[in-house]
Amino acid sequence: MDLLSFARGPALTFALVVFAVGTLWRLVGVLLRPRLPDLSPARERAPSNLVGALRAVVNGMWPRKEFVAAALVTTINGYVFHIGIALVFLGYAPHIAFIRRLTGFSWRALPDVVIYLAAAATIIALLVALGSRLTDPVLRKISNAGDLFTWTITFLPLITGMAVVFEPSSAVLERNNVIYPAPLAVHLLTLELLLMWFPFGKLMHAVFFAFSRGATGMRFSHRGVKV
Amino acid sequence: MSASDVATPVFGAQGGQSDEARVEMAMRSFVSEFGVTTALHMESCVRCGLCAEACHFYVTTGDAKYTPIYKLELLRRAYCREASPFAPLVRALGLVRKPSIVDLRQWEELLYDSCTMCGRCTLICPMGIDIAELVKEARHGMFKAGLVPERLALMDRTARQWGSTATPGEDLPDILAEAARAHGVEIPCDLGTADILVTAAAAELGEYTKALADMAKILNRIGAKWTMHQGGFDASNVGFNNGDMELQERLTRALVDTAVKIGAKTLLLPECGHAYGAARWEAAKWYGQALPVRIIHVTEFLDELIATNRICVRKIGETATFHDPCQMVRRGGLEAAARRVLAALGLELIELKDHGVTGYCCGGGGGVVSNQRATPLRYKVFEMKKQQVEMTGAKHLVTSCGQCRITLEMGAKHAHWDKTVESLLGLVADNLAV
Repeated sequence: MDLLSFARGPALTFALVVFAVGTLWRLVGVLLRPRLPDLSPARERAPSNLVGALRAVVNGMWPRKEFVAAALVTTINGYVFHIGIALVFLGYAPHIAFIRRLTGFSWRALPDVVIYLAAAATIIALLVALGSRLTDPVLRKISNAGDLFTWTITFLPLITGMAVVFEPSSAVLERNNVIYPAPLAVHLLTLELLLMWFPFGKLMHAVFFAFSRGATGMRFSHRGVKV
Repeated sequence: MSASDVATPVFGAQGGQSDEARVEMAMRSFVSEFGVTTALHMESCVRCGLCAEACHFYVTTGDAKYTPIYKLELLRRAYCREASPFAPLVRALGLVRKPSIVDLRQWEELLYDSCTMCGRCTLICPMGIDIAELVKEARHGMFKAGLVPERLALMDRTARQWGSTATPGEDLPDILAEAARAHGVEIPCDLGTADILVTAAAAELGEYTKALADMAKILNRIGAKWTMHQGGFDASNVGFNNGDMELQERLTRALVDTAVKIGAKTLLLPECGHAYGAARWEAAKWYGQALPVRIIHVTEFLDELIATNRICVRKIGETATFHDPCQMVRRGGLEAAARRVLAALGLELIELKDHGVTGYCCGGGGGVVSNQRATPLRYKVFEMKKQQVEMTGAKHLVTSCGQCRITLEMGAKHAHWDKTVESLLGLVADNLAV
């Protein structure tokens, strides 16, 4: 079995299993922790818990106006690499073909130029995030090895993906054979590394953020405070 | 003064247990706190550091150690090792270090001196992590470990003995009688039955007895059947601030049980933010069911009396700015009530640059005002508050929390600032119209 076959076969299967089982384990493990119901009477005209939670999830997408100045760079940079990663992963034609082979689902791809710009913006934003983490006194104080590892794991698929882009995606898809099997295998393996790390590190915030904001939204809306 | 020496590193320690026992007690307490909401908040941090930008202690010192989420580092470690879904893996691989006694002593300053549990950081967190609540839970562990600033521990011991940090219950009748004489009002005490049980903040039982008289003046004006009572009179729950849950429960139960005993339907809280947090939002958890009495802060009580025309107030007709007490407004939802009372007083409100739910803390909440070790840090926060007040140019500086008022007065005295900090209750009482 060559490296590409390994990456497309057992390695991918293993990574997906670790991703799915690990994510479920961590989420269920947290959600099954003991609950202490809030028995205090709610503020008059307080919205229901569900409404309070949903409001907090939506409002948390952007800083309150009072904090915009302080949070603007971090927020915009975060949006750039989150949206960038989503565009590259879900909008690039060869990625869609890969997903179709796995799941049977497919959709229309974005033009290559959009993908290249998104990838470039994402790489720049991730480098900015890394620069801040290494130089900003607050971020240095609160960061741990897991943060740097997560950053690396996120960055690798982008860089290794850029390394296999030599021609338009239409040309890649028209051909049945892979002309750069080793770089493609490395790219796939870095993606699999990300999938396997997802349940263990802070990438899980992609799942937890809604629950976390929602819990605070319920607590505060119960008291008549809008968050 | 450099950023790192804002608090003198003299650490409090209570009890004679070994260091190992302290660590064990802290860890056991931390672990007991990890319910679903706490666990979600422990899991969600991406360490973006934005919480620092919301913290008055970081903003005024620039010292990264005051980053709110950093104050929870030991709680995070305890969670990862003992309660997270991958805890066995974390322990087996030694991925996260267990907090040591040195860590706990170091974090005592971060949890007690440089956090007022004001929750401003909660509002900036993109993950919605309620850091203030987590700090409160971390304090539970610190208290169990006997690692509390000595001044707060002293207050704790006093409250355990007296049911108040100010005075034993048996002295209450004399204090109220003296306050009644001094201010010319009737203050009922220990009535067998009443509709309203009135409580006080500790400082009102000593230096600030005018607040008792102000409350009495208004309640007498509306003809309420009310009383104060030796059984439960001090609402400023020091257990809530210190992390002493047993004391918090005892003090809370004393208030509610006394109200039930005399048939009161309303438990009226004084101008004290933490009293509101402890009683209004947490009392029910000690009972395991909905409370048999309505717990209400004096500010919302005044708001109701004015709205229903049970009292009328004279228009002062000057400018005022309002300091929002964190536990009442940001964590209590009473932003509008206080402003309606100010409007009824005919005060033209000029808001502070940061006000309402995002207003800055006075710097003394969460017991910090009583923790003399934190005084230099508090004064730095005061300078920011002073600047914001001066920027408004308002004639009156009003607040509705006695602890905030004392903190601001201490800051003003230190800064030789001649601004008077006025009580909202006091303004209403002084301007009652016939």
